[in-house]
Amino acid sequence: MAAEKAEIDALKKECDGLRTKIEAARKAVNDSTMTDAAGGVDTVGRVQLKLRKTLKGHLAKIYAMHWAADSRQMVSASQDGKLLIWDTFTGNKLIAVPLKSAWVMSVAFAPSGNLVASGGLDNICTVYNIKSASPKTLRELDAHTGYLSCCRFLSDSEILTASGDTTCCLWDLETGKQKIIFTNHIGDCMSLALSPDGNTFISGACDSLAKLWDLREGTCKQTFSGHTSDINAISFFPSGNAVITGSDDCSCKMYDLRADQEVTGYQDTSLNAGVTSLALSNSGRLIFAGYDDFNCHIWDTLKGEKVGVLSGHDNRVSCTGVPEDGMGVCTGSWDSFLKLWN
Amino acid sequence: MPVINVDELTDKDKAVMEVNQKKLEVKLERWLTSKCCEEVKEYIQAREEEDILVKGIPEEKNPFKEKGGCVIC
Repeated sequence: MAAEKAEIDALKKECDGLRTKIEAARKAVNDSTMTDAAGGVDTVGRVQLKLRKTLKGHLAKIYAMHWAADSRQMVSASQDGKLLIWDTFTGNKLIAVPLKSAWVMSVAFAPSGNLVASGGLDNICTVYNIKSASPKTLRELDAHTGYLSCCRFLSDSEILTASGDTTCCLWDLETGKQKIIFTNHIGDCMSLALSPDGNTFISGACDSLAKLWDLREGTCKQTFSGHTSDINAISFFPSGNAVITGSDDCSCKMYDLRADQEVTGYQDTSLNAGVTSLALSNSGRLIFAGYDDFNCHIWDTLKGEKVGVLSGHDNRVSCTGVPEDGMGVCTGSWDSFLKLWN
Repeated sequence: MPVINVDELTDKDKAVMEVNQKKLEVKLERWLTSKCCEEVKEYIQAREEEDILVKGIPEEKNPFKEKGGCVIC
């Protein structure tokens, strides 16, 4: 026992030494913040988006939503035990998918529009074919030993999942088997996002770290620290060279991949609620962040200032999404409604 | 691909994993933050004019607008 403890102590010391070296290397290249670089940029002024539609239909808290690639359909998941697929132009419900387990935490639309996936406290990612006469379960991906917090399709044959068991996993949908398991976080994985070029993905976890992974090699390439609590939301900046995170510590941060560090923080002393979700406008100028305070606050990415708010929900905003064509923002809430704004 | 059962990782396994990861990361080549921030700024400025959520959209082109009411004669 003592020998083992001595080994662990030696490893921890080695780790501390490496950490100090990494921090020094980061400091050495840290010659500017985003706010400095954006000094000469015009302000966006007050961003006042209008509520265009309220989508009613769920009977319990909404936990997740995801836009289809056509920027028109959208899928939402509620603990009423249903996935609903909406036509956001008309506000109509197109398809209802009944879930085996009502404790859903995540939902995803495949880029093809043929499949949706969901999962939650059942630890399973279930994939449904929504093009058949009635929604049919295609696969039940059952290997995680913790809850499913997030899932994203790469195509109709591959899906990436994040789990409370601290791992992320790439699955082959044709065999239903795990292809690659991404292990390195020491806390529940809460969210993931695919890079625009499809070669990497990022994950945010309860160890307050964000990690960048090589999708094909299965390796962790970079680790970003700074948050002081769970990272619940994560997204790539549209260029693919930076990452935005949202945390229970009530702040969002932008990390640049090539500088390997935080370049701006988005926080306000008046905001004392955790960030649950986030999405960026198409140019990357605006960050829409959903909070526990029932609002979605809008941040100016460049100047680090709060420039607007989407108010109207009567409970926590649990999910936020901007479609590919950038035409609007969708917010989903524990109040059981989805709202569309632009 | 070896399946690592996370539940079975000992404290020593986790410490080894962390050290190995840091050994990889210490070797990264890092760009100046000024250069990175400049690129982010340029990316945004090149696309801001077409960003609906920043610039707005005329009512008739808005796909989410509430459709007009019907008139019953």
